[in-house]
Amino acid sequence: MSDLPVRAQLAAALGRTASKMSRLAGRGDGSVIGGRVGLALDPELLRRLAADRRLVLVSATNGKTTTTRLIASALRVRGDVATNAFGANMPSGHVLALAQAPTAPYAVLECDEKYVPMVLAETGAGIVALMNLSRDQMDRAAEIWLLAGKWRKALDGAATHVVANCDDPLVTWGAGAAKSVTWVSAGQHWREDSWCCPECGGPLDREGVHWKCRECHFARPKPDWILHADRITTPRGRTYELSLQLPGRANRSNAVIALAVAAQLGLEPEEVLPRLAEVTSVAGRYTTVEHQGRQLRLLLAKNPAGWLEAFDVLAPPPGPVALSINAQGPDGRDTSWLWDVDYRVLRGRPVWATGERRLDLAARLEAADVRFTIVEDIDEAIMAVGPGRLDVIANYTAFQQIRTRYGRVV
Amino acid sequence: MSSDRIKIVWIYPDLLSTYGDQGNVIVLERRAALRGIFTDTVHVRSDESVPVDGDIYLMGGGEDRPQILAAQRLRNDGGLHRAVEYGSVVFAVCAGYQLLGTEFGGEEGQPVAGLGLLDMRSGRGQKRSVGEIAGDVDPALGVPMITGFENHQGITRLGPGVRPLAKTRVGVGNGDGTEGAYRGHVVGTYMHGPALVRNPALADLLLRWVVGRELERIDDSWAGRLREERLATVLPA
Repeated sequence: MSDLPVRAQLAAALGRTASKMSRLAGRGDGSVIGGRVGLALDPELLRRLAADRRLVLVSATNGKTTTTRLIASALRVRGDVATNAFGANMPSGHVLALAQAPTAPYAVLECDEKYVPMVLAETGAGIVALMNLSRDQMDRAAEIWLLAGKWRKALDGAATHVVANCDDPLVTWGAGAAKSVTWVSAGQHWREDSWCCPECGGPLDREGVHWKCRECHFARPKPDWILHADRITTPRGRTYELSLQLPGRANRSNAVIALAVAAQLGLEPEEVLPRLAEVTSVAGRYTTVEHQGRQLRLLLAKNPAGWLEAFDVLAPPPGPVALSINAQGPDGRDTSWLWDVDYRVLRGRPVWATGERRLDLAARLEAADVRFTIVEDIDEAIMAVGPGRLDVIANYTAFQQIRTRYGRVV
Repeated sequence: MSSDRIKIVWIYPDLLSTYGDQGNVIVLERRAALRGIFTDTVHVRSDESVPVDGDIYLMGGGEDRPQILAAQRLRNDGGLHRAVEYGSVVFAVCAGYQLLGTEFGGEEGQPVAGLGLLDMRSGRGQKRSVGEIAGDVDPALGVPMITGFENHQGITRLGPGVRPLAKTRVGVGNGDGTEGAYRGHVVGTYMHGPALVRNPALADLLLRWVVGRELERIDDSWAGRLREERLATVLPA
């Protein structure tokens, strides 16, 4: 940090102050405002702060925050890690994360999908981890085929190593132009966005995890790492049991990516696995909160693929579920995606529906023949459910509202 | 109860299904079932041929490239054209709507040949239209105001062979104060995704065209409340 020019030092320091003030004012984690102040004072700040670190970028539609956390936990075995742990995943958040840990030799940065080319160019990240792409907040986010194309262009010829999920055809195509790639069979459960070949538009033939284009050469590469239920096979053919406290198959996918990234930085699975097993919740996700004799478990689901994974970790029926949906800017103002989620899996459970767009949810649940009760807020659901466990699935701002209401447990 | 049976054909969910388009299938199936009408739904992927014996054909939205691929394959296939000649109902949203015309804008705004099922041509506008849309439906259709969400960069000019579906109150639609288009039983709209959810009367119109009779009233309270809430947020009091 002391090697930074005075202007950059000042920019970084003012950014940290703005962030702290924002946090004290109760305006959130402060991760965005601080970085914005810094970047406004010195546009080169990200480049300067990233210099001389071993830097990993993590991007995907789902699982970015968790995988970032898993990789950071693994790397702490070796030294300090700068990381944007609260999901502030645009350049302002990256600036703040790096400024807050000026001497950390490692950095693990969660990166919004569309910023990958820019942040890669600015930071010269040595490793880029790419996990999945699926429909998400279409009123404000780029179309995913376009996004994968931008990744492909940015990685073409770049001096970076890519760790990519080869079970996702679009990710494979986006990563495929890179000079060196570690392919990870990390699974893909949401397939509605990958029936067509990203290369030529032809139909993809799929059988189990395998896929190939019927009309051109594009096919699933041979994986180096393989996730199979809760076992992992390494490139050298060794097999490890994956035991995590984070629930569900989506987190096992995140974990195998984290192992492959850590291996690229010289860490063996024996060192990494215990670190991954220590992580219990990530930015409030999967947290269980005690309230009035009820145990609320908070699950974040922002898009159809995310809901599929949230359903995967629900308590078995007839475990009660509360759903909360908003459509503020960060959620996407368009609720059409609700119709891509198969809510029929909730039949036979007590279901409460709330959030600012609960009427959209009501129309959706009714059409899926799911019995539900509309409530003003989660409090009302909690009072109705009686003592015991309640799984709560919410999209982004709805999740944050619930987190604020019941305490920011990380 | 009647013994009607209708066949719904969802065209190319692998190419034209970006955001909840499946909702239109679900709404039609449900509203039919509540009237004792059986539905068979066929999902036709883009490597399969389009059956000509469908009663209602649905087309969803799509990104630029899938839209161009869909146009090529549907033109080569010809099944949808024949079904329209036989009088089948078509309901297409967003990219699917543009496809129905003679021409639409490609990835770089270049003109791409559409299906020519509606007399209209679309091009690429200056900026994306994203947000709530509402409009007064052509009185000839006897359907109340439409409400939906639009997300597109198209400008559509209607020819003399079609009528606008609605006059816009809120939103952009075709770009000239009109929204969507129809001719006979072929209907298209810029309301994207699950457009029929908030417009149950429009869904029933499509079903009525097929069964050729009035339909029993059903409980629309959730859709009705959702309609009211959405319209109240965008229309001046």
